[in-house]
Amino acid sequence: METLMAFAVGGLYAAAIYMMLRRSIVKLVIGLVLLSNAANLLIFTAAGMDRGLPPLIPEGMLVPDGPVADPLAQALILTAIVIGFGVLAFAVVLIHRAYEVVRADDMDQMKDTDT
Amino acid sequence: MSTMVALPVLLPLIAGAVSLALWRSRFAQRSIGVVANLALMWVSVELLLLTWNEGIQVMHMGSWPAPFGIVLVSDMLGAIMVVLTAIIGLATAVYSLSGVSRRHEHYGYYPLMHLLLAGVNGAFLTGDIFNMYVWFEVMLVASFALLILGGERAQMEGAIKYVTLNLLSSALFLSGIGLLYGLTGTLNMADIAMKLNSVEDTGLITVIAMLFMVSFGIKASAFPFFFWLPASYHTPQVAVSALFAGLLTKVGVYALFRVFSLIFDHDVGYTHTLLLWMAALTMLTGVLGAAAQFEFRRILSFHIISQIGYMILGLALFTPLAIIGGVFYLMHHIIVKANLFLVSGVVYRLKGTHELKDLGGLYRSHPWLGVLFLIPALSLAGLPPLSGFFAKFILIRAGVEVEAWWVVAVALVVGLLTLYSMIKIWAEVFWKAQPEGVSHPVDPAAHQGGLWLMVLPIVGLGLMTLFIGLWGQPIYLLAERAAVEMLDSSRYIDAVLGSAQGVRP
Repeated sequence: METLMAFAVGGLYAAAIYMMLRRSIVKLVIGLVLLSNAANLLIFTAAGMDRGLPPLIPEGMLVPDGPVADPLAQALILTAIVIGFGVLAFAVVLIHRAYEVVRADDMDQMKDTDT
Repeated sequence: MSTMVALPVLLPLIAGAVSLALWRSRFAQRSIGVVANLALMWVSVELLLLTWNEGIQVMHMGSWPAPFGIVLVSDMLGAIMVVLTAIIGLATAVYSLSGVSRRHEHYGYYPLMHLLLAGVNGAFLTGDIFNMYVWFEVMLVASFALLILGGERAQMEGAIKYVTLNLLSSALFLSGIGLLYGLTGTLNMADIAMKLNSVEDTGLITVIAMLFMVSFGIKASAFPFFFWLPASYHTPQVAVSALFAGLLTKVGVYALFRVFSLIFDHDVGYTHTLLLWMAALTMLTGVLGAAAQFEFRRILSFHIISQIGYMILGLALFTPLAIIGGVFYLMHHIIVKANLFLVSGVVYRLKGTHELKDLGGLYRSHPWLGVLFLIPALSLAGLPPLSGFFAKFILIRAGVEVEAWWVVAVALVVGLLTLYSMIKIWAEVFWKAQPEGVSHPVDPAAHQGGLWLMVLPIVGLGLMTLFIGLWGQPIYLLAERAAVEMLDSSRYIDAVLGSAQGVRP
């Protein structure tokens, strides 16, 4: 399972980089989405993918009953998804506004501020 | 436990929220902007004194003991950076009273400024690597919005590059955190540093170290990841440029300092040699880029890059003296660089352009502005007795001590070229006569007074530059303490984890 996930994560990274290298700004944003998803899946995979009970301690005990799943990785991913979503919303508005002023879906038309 | 540590983060957050609530009242937003930054200044100086007198301060959020909860840690390096943030925050807030137009204020300039400062302070104070990512994002989102405030075409084009590369950097940072968590099972930086000692697969650690190096390298705009900076820093409002120039890349430098002294010090021969190359090439490309530019703020933007090289050089040499030099350079650079951008704003207000060829004759009409420009400009180039001289002197001496001759040569040549750039600005903007037949529409507000509000922070920052130069000993002692703490990571680890084991440090 972990091997499969590793390939999926690698594929996502590759697709993200490919999309970001295109000239279209819409594809650029799609690349950013894929990239943040790839990072999230990487955390999920790296934190260990074993089956475990929910991390709840039964009443009257001080330690969990048997092996439990690691809840922290999911908390991290959740936080990262929320942040990624917010930033993405900004990026979408930004490319919309940029399209309105530049009138082109092409990074090569946006070189005025470069040196 | 010390609640003092949370105040530099909480204060701007609250100020931002209140400022947002008073959206319609321009007066209230402006007053909060200044008052909150004055309070931030006071709190951060108190925190620095506390850290100086009583050692590393740790606060466990929600009283969860480390390494299970998130900790805020104020060691010397973090406390120094927080004070610098407050200085730049206050300077920009005062400058903005007159330097930011009513239209931009109306779009929420002040709330965003507070949020940016909260994010920057959070990144400096947190002791948890994932929490650092979150603060980075808080800072980034605020900076995105500040960057495009006004919505001109150049801002949109600059922002696309800025946003893309910074998001790429964040994704790499997140990937690095994920792998590090998989390796150690913890997020507390002190705990990670301890657990990594017992990891056998040092190759994987080096791979993760590279991920962090690239990610923070992008944020710090080091070679070869700096392209977003000169494409975007000259587009927003001058006050925003100054805030960014003073603080944002330095957060990347701080993160490099923190991570490559505390966590990744297992294979110094490999990682820090790479950093050394990065530092030398950053210095060179930055200064050569600046030499080719003829626009005030673009020249200054390229100089940010070359100066970042000096700071990374301090980290890369990794001797006590070099780290002192790096920290000293940080303190000197933040003040000087923000000041230069503020000066460029005053010039723009008087003349209506940033193009060097259209400027001129300012020394004849405003000699005091020439002096105010020369102080930070010559300090940037490293002329004695200004602050930049001692910063460069310490670094170069550290380089000579370890006999890294070629990097010393690069640093000296870059210093000379910096002087060339600054003299170029001086000659074009202040010395030569105003070119004939060139007129730029000057903002009508320029003659309405209020200019003193823009000049006041420039004078203040200039005095600080002089102070660091003429009376550098206390600053040197601060940097020395920070360097001692960074090189002996057991102090940091004991301060954070010691109290969890019931032993007060």
